[in-house]
Amino acid sequence: MDIVKLTIDNTPVVVEKGTTVLEAAKTVGVDIPTLCYMKLDDMEFENKPGGCRVCVVEVEGRRNLAPSCKTECEDGMVVNTHSVRVVNARRTVMELILSDHPFECLVCAKSGKCDLQSLAQDLGIREIHYQGEKSHYKSDHSPAIIREMDKCIMCRRCETACNDVQTVGTLSAIYRGFNSVVAPAFEMDLDHTNCTFCGQCVAVCPTGALIERDHTWKVMDAIIDPKKTVIVQTAPAVRAALGEEFGLEPGTLVTGKMVSALRKIGFDYVFDTDFAADLTILEEGTELLGRLSKFLAGDKEVKLPILTSCCPAWVNFFEHHFPEMKEIPSTAKSPQQMFGAIAKTYFADQLKIKREDLVVVSVMPCLAKKYEASRDEFAVNGDPDVNISITTRELAQMIKNANLKFTELPDDDFDRPMGESTGAGVIFGTTGGVIEAAVRTAYELHTGKELDRVDFKELRGMEGIRSATLDFDGLPINIGIAHGLGNARKLLEDIKAGKSQFHAIEIMACPGGCIGGGGQPYHHGDVTVLKKRQKAIYEEDAGKTIRKSHENPYIKKLYEEFLGEPCGHKSHELLHTSYFDKKKKIEI
Amino acid sequence: MADIKLPANKVQELRDICAKFNHEKGELINVLHAAQGIFGYLPAEVQDIVAEELNVSVAHVYGVVTFYSFFTMTPKGKYPISICMGTACYVRGAEKVLDEFKRLLDLKVGETSANGDFSISCLRCVGACGLAPVVTVGEKVYGRVAPEDVKGIIAEYK
Repeated sequence: MDIVKLTIDNTPVVVEKGTTVLEAAKTVGVDIPTLCYMKLDDMEFENKPGGCRVCVVEVEGRRNLAPSCKTECEDGMVVNTHSVRVVNARRTVMELILSDHPFECLVCAKSGKCDLQSLAQDLGIREIHYQGEKSHYKSDHSPAIIREMDKCIMCRRCETACNDVQTVGTLSAIYRGFNSVVAPAFEMDLDHTNCTFCGQCVAVCPTGALIERDHTWKVMDAIIDPKKTVIVQTAPAVRAALGEEFGLEPGTLVTGKMVSALRKIGFDYVFDTDFAADLTILEEGTELLGRLSKFLAGDKEVKLPILTSCCPAWVNFFEHHFPEMKEIPSTAKSPQQMFGAIAKTYFADQLKIKREDLVVVSVMPCLAKKYEASRDEFAVNGDPDVNISITTRELAQMIKNANLKFTELPDDDFDRPMGESTGAGVIFGTTGGVIEAAVRTAYELHTGKELDRVDFKELRGMEGIRSATLDFDGLPINIGIAHGLGNARKLLEDIKAGKSQFHAIEIMACPGGCIGGGGQPYHHGDVTVLKKRQKAIYEEDAGKTIRKSHENPYIKKLYEEFLGEPCGHKSHELLHTSYFDKKKKIEI
Repeated sequence: MADIKLPANKVQELRDICAKFNHEKGELINVLHAAQGIFGYLPAEVQDIVAEELNVSVAHVYGVVTFYSFFTMTPKGKYPISICMGTACYVRGAEKVLDEFKRLLDLKVGETSANGDFSISCLRCVGACGLAPVVTVGEKVYGRVAPEDVKGIIAEYK
């Protein structure tokens, strides 16, 4: 290993060759401020266009200040990170950026979580010496994501997320100089593009330029309407991250407090998407076994590998980018939509109310869920199965609006029947979880034997693409897992090229799975937060008495009383869907 | 986006060019240059084809098209008028000539008239500085153009 020796702020530093000054400084406790720079460690993605110049440092013997994020350490280098020249330059740069930024901080959705705002505070900017024209660009209000590009500082983090991490390719910098802005092709609104609404651009945006569409007031309107019964479902990943909005450590499970808060906010019934996740497993697991037994019987037409279909951004991704493979994913709806379909039929019947008078709200770690809920095929006579989908961040806002001291709330439990869930339902929130849950059920259904262990550690982890072969009583089952759409693309291309030998593949669009969703509390580039949330999810699973979906007593009851059998006639009608070719056709 | 249909033979020509460049992502600017030569401009549909052929996102293609002032998404007129704004032409009053074209045709630089006859653009030096200020209409070059000549030049094409 080649090493280099240098001095940073009079402190000797020894680092590996190739290390940047920014990274080297961290090793000796010097935290150089950055703005456009973002490093997603585990995913090995970096955004360092070197454009904002906030991280400049003075290198002895060099005429110009150097951006520390892009400057590699050299032997004998003498670096000063806070000389008068550096501090002045940094303030000038910051004032120039701020001079072209709307002063709307008091009413901005990102206020308090904005990297630009906190940097201005850290640098102690109290006055902006530059005044001039401000750039203006039309805003874009899609069903899930809102783009307020007047607030864009051209850090290009969203481009890194969209193009490099997710390989979706919706966003690009366009025009030049003062007019430049990040936009989709032909400056179309997001809902007319190939955007998957994964929300990873929102997750990394340092300012309020990219935010979610806020539906909290729609929820409140429904709650105060005396004619409506309002029920809520909460996705597994929400409970592992919500606490962060109230100052709790990442990875703190707040399931009980969350249920308390939802009840106090005024929901009539507080249910769990985990229940629907268990239901998904019964349907998807049965579908997998069905395809597998046909395959083993020599059916050449059968579509394998089966791909999971719980993640709406992933569904959008293959509809736009791989429409020729739209027959491969499971036809099972996502847990959010299964919940909606059952709530508006089975549960509305129990309450003896019309489906239109039942409002289904979902709390999701996700922005694509907002889009998914608005898809035409998930509505009956114009009444959507899921009326309103809000994010973890929006729920935190509602809790604050309700004057609740979240950290001091007592623990409460979900309502029955749709609040009962197993450990298998919980782990849907992390990469590897859906397939582990499916394996727990598929194994027992296929072999007729009880599993002697329910933890499939070989399916867990944070690597972008993972695989494992499981023994189904003599039958080897090859499982693939990908999270992050860039990794999903690699796997899909392998399948297309006939290189993949998997029977089943789990895909989640966001890095880490739903725990890293676009609707979760902002991680500000610190991906260790995702690992802590993942740990919390597995803790919740381990603490559950029932850990296999098919053993959920209320799911059994649902089949007995209402659905019949998994993948049966009624299931197909309510719980399965089909996919569309959304690839743009070029007319000639 | 305008729903235009591209002529199939020109699309084939474009695809052949992409193939000639081995569908290399790095040849995007060269491909766009050639595409503009074929179609006269770069409508969205052409950018879609280029993106598909070179396996890059259409947003990226659009980013490059909007970055370089040479690329245009508006079709040029049947009689494209270019006014030289090079140093020699400029100091001899090219701007006044340009203003007169803009006034008489009611067009801005980069625009095309509604009937598709005229478009105005600026260029830098056609190598005829002795004739400054210079105007070209299509392939024809006009030298020593004064603002009062503009009306006559336009009339030749009406």
